[in-house]
Amino acid sequence: MADVIPYNREEKSAQPPSLYMPYKSTEFRAPKQPLVILPHTLSEVTGPVYGHGRVLPIDADLTKQHAGEPLGERIVVSGKVLDENGRPVSNTLVEVWQCNAAGRYIHARDQHPAPLDPNFSGAGRVVTDAEGNYKFTTIKPGAYPWRNHPNAWRPAHIHFSLFGPSFINRLVTQMYFPGDPLFAFDPIYQGIPDVKARERMVSRFDMDTTVPEWALGYKFDIVLRGRNATPMED
Amino acid sequence: MSKQRFGQTPSQTVGPFFHFGLPYENDNNLIVGDAQGQRIVVEGRVIDGQGEPVPDCMLEIWQANAAGKYDHPEDTQDKSVDRGFHGFGRCSTDKDGIFRFHTVKPGAVPGPGNTLQAPHLVTFVFGRGMLKQLLTRIYFEDEAHNVNDPVLGLVPNARRSTLIAGKTGPATYKLDIVLQGNGETVFFDY
Ligand SMILES: [Fe+2]
Repeated sequence: MADVIPYNREEKSAQPPSLYMPYKSTEFRAPKQPLVILPHTLSEVTGPVYGHGRVLPIDADLTKQHAGEPLGERIVVSGKVLDENGRPVSNTLVEVWQCNAAGRYIHARDQHPAPLDPNFSGAGRVVTDAEGNYKFTTIKPGAYPWRNHPNAWRPAHIHFSLFGPSFINRLVTQMYFPGDPLFAFDPIYQGIPDVKARERMVSRFDMDTTVPEWALGYKFDIVLRGRNATPMED
Repeated sequence: MSKQRFGQTPSQTVGPFFHFGLPYENDNNLIVGDAQGQRIVVEGRVIDGQGEPVPDCMLEIWQANAAGKYDHPEDTQDKSVDRGFHGFGRCSTDKDGIFRFHTVKPGAVPGPGNTLQAPHLVTFVFGRGMLKQLLTRIYFEDEAHNVNDPVLGLVPNARRSTLIAGKTGPATYKLDIVLQGNGETVFFDY
């Protein structure tokens, strides 16, 4: 078998270090030993591209998963998954999860004394189309407190999980909302070294996808690692 | 060759509340039918730098089937995909930091050049307190080919054992993942 075509390496200024002391929980969960540099082999350039289970239309509309409508500001979040060369990443699973409009997760371990919403669970999944596009309907999540430091609050965010064409492309990130005053105080957002790269996680308001009398539109494109050739071009 | 025009989206922590958001059919069981090969359990505990179990981690594995074939278009080996087996698994750690996968022992797969890689599970670790996922591998102690494995060969001798699961039963393998400190698991820069 021919040697595999490797993917680009991590963009160091755009990816966080494992140890980032302002985010306290990193202290005992970051490796101390140097990482071993791994050339990409067949094991890394392959990955789960088939059989992501049955994804239903209801999975892409977090406002319709219960008998009634959830409280909060209805939004449509859409965008494109692409690689560093601008090639669309089609037919890939995008998973999202978030708290409700009051800043409370349905999760049993979330102790924030904000109300649960019986009409909102906050989990969704969708598969990108042939052009790499995805779209969710949901409500805007609230900010919520955490115990990292005194008076710590997370900026409003939606968690995103992506697969892409190989296991090396696996990405878990968070999407933020433009102009959030909490960015300056959030060590998770600040953990990205390059200020410009942080802004890649901030969605933008979009009038074109705003639905009249219904929901505000936000756009969030996601860039996965690319490679300098494709198997087809070889 | 095309020029890079788009910057990578940064990684962020999966946080403490991912469990309801990352459901997955078959979850930690990769056997979805009449899978070929030896059925095995791979289990262990995730431990932090204070020696405490990590109860809010998630592991994901990707592996070849028993014949050493990945179910992916770039695996062009003339071998069959096994429809009774799904190469991807996901498992959250429990309150004691324990994870457990039900799978089949993978076959050896091609490595760089003319090398062969010993059977292994590509393993990602995600968790609260981890701004980005960590990449490691799980090998099996009863595989003679480990000594020639090109990736184990990149790892300092004294640390190789952190990647090799011990056989604790006829079809059970155990490997703890130590995020930091004594016996720290080898993680890869990929
Ligand atoms: Fe969150």
